[in-house]
Amino acid sequence: MSENLKIEMRGVTKIFGPEPDDVLTQLQAGRSKDELQAETGHVIGLNNVDLDVRAGELHVVMGLSGSGKSTLIRHVNRLIDPTAGEILVNGRNVLDMDMEQLREFRRTEIAMVFQKFGLLPHRSVLDNVAYGLEIRGVEKKQRLATAEEWIAKVGLDGYEQSRPHQLSGGQQQRVGLARALAMDVDILLMDEAFSALDPLIRSGMQDELLALQKDLNKTILFITHDFDEALKIGDQVTVLQDGAVIQSGRPEEVVLNPANAHMEEFVADVNRARAIHVQTIMEKGEFERCASAVQVGACCEDVLPLFAEHDWVGVNTEDGTQIGRLTAKQVIKALARHSSAV
Amino acid sequence: MFPELFNTRPLRIWIDDGLNWVVKHWGDAFEAAAYPLLVMLNTIERFLLMMPWWLIIALLAGLAYGATRKVTLPIVVVIGLVFMGLMELWEDSVKTMALMISATVTAIVFSIPMGIVMARSSLVRKIVTPILDLMQTMPSFVYLIPTVMIFGPGKIPALLATIVYAAPPLVRLTDLGIRQVEPNVLEAAQAFGASPRQRLFGVQIPLALPTILAGINQTTMMALAMVVIASMIGAGGLGYQVLQGIGRLEVSRGVFAGLGIVVLAIIFDRITQAYGKQLQAQIGLSGAR
Repeated sequence: MSENLKIEMRGVTKIFGPEPDDVLTQLQAGRSKDELQAETGHVIGLNNVDLDVRAGELHVVMGLSGSGKSTLIRHVNRLIDPTAGEILVNGRNVLDMDMEQLREFRRTEIAMVFQKFGLLPHRSVLDNVAYGLEIRGVEKKQRLATAEEWIAKVGLDGYEQSRPHQLSGGQQQRVGLARALAMDVDILLMDEAFSALDPLIRSGMQDELLALQKDLNKTILFITHDFDEALKIGDQVTVLQDGAVIQSGRPEEVVLNPANAHMEEFVADVNRARAIHVQTIMEKGEFERCASAVQVGACCEDVLPLFAEHDWVGVNTEDGTQIGRLTAKQVIKALARHSSAV
Repeated sequence: MFPELFNTRPLRIWIDDGLNWVVKHWGDAFEAAAYPLLVMLNTIERFLLMMPWWLIIALLAGLAYGATRKVTLPIVVVIGLVFMGLMELWEDSVKTMALMISATVTAIVFSIPMGIVMARSSLVRKIVTPILDLMQTMPSFVYLIPTVMIFGPGKIPALLATIVYAAPPLVRLTDLGIRQVEPNVLEAAQAFGASPRQRLFGVQIPLALPTILAGINQTTMMALAMVVIASMIGAGGLGYQVLQGIGRLEVSRGVFAGLGIVVLAIIFDRITQAYGKQLQAQIGLSGAR
């Protein structure tokens, strides 16, 4: 389809069990998932999932445990084969590849970061980061040089010769991230990459990922169960429930307009001050220039402290032109409305 | 009494005659097939006997130091081996060592690949596991007699019997070690496009190595446990001394040779164990987790 789509999933269904095809026909005939699971003992991991990830986008797939999000991400590099559906990566159908082509694809087009890190415990940090390149067949000197570079970029200078078990969780995941980035591929799969980390370290890693992403402009598919994480880093959010997509869109849209009761519950605990951006609630138009201002991408949280000093806060584009303004009242209304909406 | 439902005599005669037929017609072929084993055993034995005693002691002490980085074990090694020399057991211990090393090497060559195949195919595991049970529990005399009939008394049947008894733990532990490799590490390797071969040699075997080494340790211990039985069919070495001690009611001879076996067992056990621990520490695993 569209040229800038990096990952496309069309009607992907995955059924775990001894006779998935049977169950699939029944599912397609319109029988409910719960009924089929109870009756046949099969587990329906994904149910007719469509997903589009555009180039350069940080796309977050979110869902509670058991919603099928880890299953979904494993379909993209075919660690799991679907029961039905189509998966296109870089415009090529992953399901058409034979084993050799698939390995070549994994070696050269896609990299992955894991929740449990998946580091090789018997190798040094340096050799771990170089692992993907080693598999690809890059010559030793060159792959170690590349690895060295990425270790520095993720801030692990001096740990090259350490073993993974000597590092903290956050550091281990930096190794995992460096290993994936060292592959220098466009597409990055991150499976709950920060979920195993302490909150403070997690937040730091998110900032770092965003900073890296600004330079690298990769296409990232990011799995998480944490809505705040999705809001903080995601350009797009797709929410899974029981293996099916229930909502997809910009993070803010999802928070402001939850699609169903489940989503509302999900959204209830979200920090709205961070989720709602100023440009969606501001008074648009040309006004007298305000004494203080925030940038277009700012969220309510950023603007709140300014109201201590000023009545009006302007919203500026990156080059400094003011495109709107807002008062504390507007912000409070926005926050309060969405709180009471539930 | 359990009722006699049919006459088992023909069955037994058939087995015995069958064996005789095999001995008559296939004996030479079997002997030829086992010849490389004999060559290996003799080469190792000759080589060890050629080496001056102090060099062997120095080598083993060096290995012990390399494994533990402490002086305790090397001291134990030196004292133990000097004791054997003083007790006029040097040549016999070297012969026993040669038998044990040959059995262990052969077991490694066959058991590790077998363990790997078992780890990858549950069908193979289902077939091989009962065979391993059989090898470990069948009283060794049961298979010693036919092997002696086929190969004649000497080193080959002794070596074969030792291998049959000593190899199973290594197969089992290789299988276990490979299956215990954390799935998330394997998945990561797969996600980066590692081929099955790259996964086996780059991930599974290195991570299973501590467990495999524990298997090698078990194999050496069980090989040593077989030396007395092996000497009954002509293996020589410390076991033969024990046997003579029993035969002549010469308790002292039996005690010293027996102690010699214990000394060898302690030395090889501690050295292989220490290397296993070193490897585990390197990987950062306590046990297999």
